[in-house]
Amino acid sequence: MGVAEPLVSLRGIGKSFANGVAALENFHLDLRDGEFLTLLGPSGCGKSTALRLIAGLATPSAGAIDWRDSAAAHNIGFVFQEATLLPWADVFANVYLPLRLAGKTREAAAPLVRETLALVGLADFETALPRQLSGGMKMRVAIARGLVTRPKLLLMDEPFAALDEVTRFRLGDDLLAMKQRLETTIVFVTHSIYESVYLSTRILALAARGGAIIDTIDIDAAIARDEEFRTSPEFAQYCRRASAALRSAYGEELR
Amino acid sequence: MKQTSPLREALLPLAVLAAALAAWEAAVRFWAIPAYVLPAPSLIAETLVKDRDILFASLLVTLTTALEALALATIGGVALALLISRSRWMERALMPFAIVLQVTPIIAIAPLLLVYLAPAEAVLVCAFLVAFFPILANTSLGLASVDRSLVELFDLYRASPWRKLVYLRAPAALPQFFAGLRIGGGLALIGAIAAELAAGAAGQGAGLAFRISEAGYRLDIPRMFAALALVSLAGIVIYAGLTALSRLALSRWHESARGLDD
Repeated sequence: MGVAEPLVSLRGIGKSFANGVAALENFHLDLRDGEFLTLLGPSGCGKSTALRLIAGLATPSAGAIDWRDSAAAHNIGFVFQEATLLPWADVFANVYLPLRLAGKTREAAAPLVRETLALVGLADFETALPRQLSGGMKMRVAIARGLVTRPKLLLMDEPFAALDEVTRFRLGDDLLAMKQRLETTIVFVTHSIYESVYLSTRILALAARGGAIIDTIDIDAAIARDEEFRTSPEFAQYCRRASAALRSAYGEELR
Repeated sequence: MKQTSPLREALLPLAVLAAALAAWEAAVRFWAIPAYVLPAPSLIAETLVKDRDILFASLLVTLTTALEALALATIGGVALALLISRSRWMERALMPFAIVLQVTPIIAIAPLLLVYLAPAEAVLVCAFLVAFFPILANTSLGLASVDRSLVELFDLYRASPWRKLVYLRAPAALPQFFAGLRIGGGLALIGAIAAELAAGAAGQGAGLAFRISEAGYRLDIPRMFAALALVSLAGIVIYAGLTALSRLALSRWHESARGLDD
């Protein structure tokens, strides 16, 4: 590690909006293969903007985004804060959507769709409509949709914010299992300290404005993420450190 | 919540209707009101049967005109809504005219149309004009109010504008479109009736409104009521048909078309 070229590099990224607000200023990020990177910070700190820039949903006002290989840049999964499913389409059709937009027929896509649904634990819900699913299940469909193209990179914008804690824990565990299985790199945005520590191999704590990195917390990928970790002194220590970083981010805001 | 079958739901208003008709019948008989002042429901029903050839032929004329106008308004309204959704420039250029048409009462436009068009055509155009705007406005709104995140999702997968329309915007706009269609259906009938009154055309293509004014001139009050009942019936048929169509298209997923079934 260390010498390998990053999957994607954000170099000196600036992003300001029409109203003059600068969401990001001179933002640097090297994303390594296979990591679970969390952008942790208060609302409005530019973490979602960073995700959107990586996804190509927005263009930077300054700086450059360099991909190691352009195929990866064109195959990105994205999971929004809400499940944002097509309400008129059943679970299968929702997960099939990215492949459909890529021109794949239903028959050709079916094995991949079914495999992905099994991966998120929804194999028996192919024909269910979104309104018949719980919030956690809807999010599973959204994750399946994000993973169905087998992207190198999955971007997640506060995906579990609207879910209850038990559902969050379960989804977190399942997400890690899927990540391992598919060897996906994940960039995750949250403002939950515990979630970030539990899931990540690296946390960037961002300042309230402009996306300045206050602290980088590396968490050994070798540590098993389970209940034992969640209640361990190490976990508490990581949380304290992330919390201190976040506090100073908010402090800046109040000043 | 208690389950209510559609039949039981229809029972209450039907009972109210029956009671009102019975009271009407009783009042006419009790005070011996002459038929040229207020005909009893039984006489109106009798007239409906007696004059059925004339009246139902007229019903068919009015209903056909309203439905043709609605079909044209649907095609035109949806086409223009799609055009407008493609560019702000189009919206700014065309929307004011659509609004001017909407706010000018149709009854004031009808005589002018009759100068240039044959009566049957003028009636059709009037019905079209009033049905057009709600379909345009609602469909535009539906096409424009698609969940932003879903649009971004389609952007992420670099969906073409055509695929975005077919897989996202069109289905998302359906509930609003049907709302507009139902309003347009009612207005098409009103437009047709208003234009028929203004046209006053007799003969082969005479609609229900003409029958009403014709019967009025002849002081044939029972036939006026009978024709009026058929106008109501035409309105109910259009409304019920469009509601059923909307349910059929939306009930699987949209709240507006869902009953108490779960």
